[in-house]
Amino acid sequence: MHPAFQAVLTIAVGVGGCVGYFYFSNQLLDRVLFPDKGIHAGRNITRANIIRPWLFLFPALAALGLYLAYPVFETLRLSLSERLPGNKSQYVGFDNYQQMFSEPKFWEALTNNMLWLLVVPALSTAFGLLAAQLSDRVRWGNIAKSFIFMPMAISFVGAAVIWKLVYDTRPIDQEQIGVVNAVYLFFGGDQPITWLTQIPANSFLLMIVLVWIQTGFAMVILSAALRGVPEETIEAAIIDGANPFQVFFKIKVPQIKNTIVVVWTTITIVVLKVFDIVFAMTNGQWETQVLANYMYDKLFRAQDWGVGSASAMIIMLLVSPILVWNVYNARKEMQ
Amino acid sequence: MSAIVGTRSSLVWAVHLSLAAMVLLWLFPTAGLLVSSFRTTDQISTGGWWNSLSASEQNLTLRSAAPESQIENDGVFVIEGNLFEQGSEAVISVWGTSSRSIDAFKPGDEAPLKDGSTITVQSNGDYKRQGIEEITGRRGQRIFATALTPPEFTLDNYHKVLFDEKNRESMGKAFLNTLTVTIPATIIPILVAAFAAYALAWMDFPGRALLVAAIVGLLVVPLQLALIPLLTLHNQIGIGKGYLGVWLAHTGFGLPLAIYLLRNYMVGLPRDIIENARVDGASDFQIFVKIILPLSFPALASFAIFQFLWTWNDLLIALVFLVDSSGETTVMTKQIIEMLGTRGGEWEILATAAFVSIAVPLVVFFALQKYLVRGLLAGSVK
Repeated sequence: MHPAFQAVLTIAVGVGGCVGYFYFSNQLLDRVLFPDKGIHAGRNITRANIIRPWLFLFPALAALGLYLAYPVFETLRLSLSERLPGNKSQYVGFDNYQQMFSEPKFWEALTNNMLWLLVVPALSTAFGLLAAQLSDRVRWGNIAKSFIFMPMAISFVGAAVIWKLVYDTRPIDQEQIGVVNAVYLFFGGDQPITWLTQIPANSFLLMIVLVWIQTGFAMVILSAALRGVPEETIEAAIIDGANPFQVFFKIKVPQIKNTIVVVWTTITIVVLKVFDIVFAMTNGQWETQVLANYMYDKLFRAQDWGVGSASAMIIMLLVSPILVWNVYNARKEMQ
Repeated sequence: MSAIVGTRSSLVWAVHLSLAAMVLLWLFPTAGLLVSSFRTTDQISTGGWWNSLSASEQNLTLRSAAPESQIENDGVFVIEGNLFEQGSEAVISVWGTSSRSIDAFKPGDEAPLKDGSTITVQSNGDYKRQGIEEITGRRGQRIFATALTPPEFTLDNYHKVLFDEKNRESMGKAFLNTLTVTIPATIIPILVAAFAAYALAWMDFPGRALLVAAIVGLLVVPLQLALIPLLTLHNQIGIGKGYLGVWLAHTGFGLPLAIYLLRNYMVGLPRDIIENARVDGASDFQIFVKIILPLSFPALASFAIFQFLWTWNDLLIALVFLVDSSGETTVMTKQIIEMLGTRGGEWEILATAAFVSIAVPLVVFFALQKYLVRGLLAGSVK
């Protein structure tokens, strides 16, 4: 069967199945199980209304449970066990973690991840704030925003190719086609440099790619927040003689502090999961390893599910504070 | 007073200039890829893409017409013609007849050849080869020329990358595969999520707040944790690696954001409309289909764009749940990774392949930016 045909069929089955499920399960509930006629009409309607929310929720909850909740526990179990031949496994306690902690490559990945966590959210938020503030003050601001936002639409793999061209190196006797080397030689460098093998600069060069992508996201959110800052506070500050920088740093930024935190944490989560960029540009060579790529290496190249799952749990552990904080805030908002 | 006015306007200039610099800086890398995808191999290797709009100096290997086209004129055998293709505006600065001295002659010079004939090349590529004996051999004389070539752009790379039958790493097939992954993976979660979001927004039942909190929590669970458990599960229930698996996975991973976005939007819909419909005897199913879905269109569109971009650009899930060793089901991101390995230096092919894969998201982005921004603003957890 041709995949395109299979896709059309899947859409039909998927969409038809969903609509059919919701329609017929409601029919079943209202007509057959608890008909709103006869002697028990009142009681039946109440009962149907107790069950109905769960009819609406069932497919989503089943998918969420199976695809996100169950794997968390299964991965935890895998990280504590060893794979035996024939689809069996054995509980080994913290052996996998011990083995992982003894690997220098893991510590390299963890250190790099921490650097990414410091640099990428900070720079993206700073550039995003700058772009938001600048573009709000000129007439062509919306066009400028579009272009800065554009990398959001580009895949990490596409971005990796784009930036590999930027960092490209040719032998000294040829023209440089990578702009970094061209500029470097123009300003008196004597040899073109293979940038992606320069430790520790290469990790930062990879971070730039993610900053380039995430700045647009930060800009969009922060720009909306800046527009929400009440005019009166700004006018009052100007009348009191504040210069534009004071207005920005002392009046505007404090008022959008919460949004800055949201942007920062959202980018932090992206950083913790970053995989494609490192996978495509260096594949963790030359000391650029990060946790997500380390985990992929362990799981699918070394086929070591124990250590792989253990490193996945480390990523989960690093995400948890944000998870707890988000849930806490969401609950506060609901009440 | 004038001093203040002065600083004002210089500040405005500074704003314009720094924003312009930022935009250029952000556009520059992508522009490089786009321009490179329209250049020939020769041009890419002779200089940075930022020079592509000005003429570039290239070393060319050309060939005069074969001896069979010679004409005998008063006892002199002559071959005449132009070394370039018609319409070329290249200008030759130096040339030679041997690869060891490619700069031996200037335009207009007469160069002796081994068989006793001579050849003259003009700067525009016109040449005249003549000898008193008949010129023999099957092929024409090779000419090595250094020429200033005007900018030249070509669609050949796209043809090669997308349609060439001989190209094993064709992007054409991968493009279709990506599309096959993306469309069901975008549509199905929307429907599933919309029903759940309605229940969470407008139906009263015990445990609702807890479920919303759980979904906010699942929003940030790294999908890395799901890879092995789900792959094992897919293998056990017989789905294995394939489209069905990748559709299911994308649906599962997309749901938290979908439910979260849609619920937030639906909660904000006016209560009156829904209560009135209830009073008029509409069932929940009818309210959902006839009122909530049409009103929620902006939120549905926002999520659809997110999910589309995410599934189209995804590499990890495709690698784990879809692409098998046969390579029949490869997607574009995977194909580009392969090319980075096998064609590291062939930038015209790499750039074209990458641009083929990012073109569709860019079109979607520029056409539907409004919805994307709206979705981002609603989706970032406040």
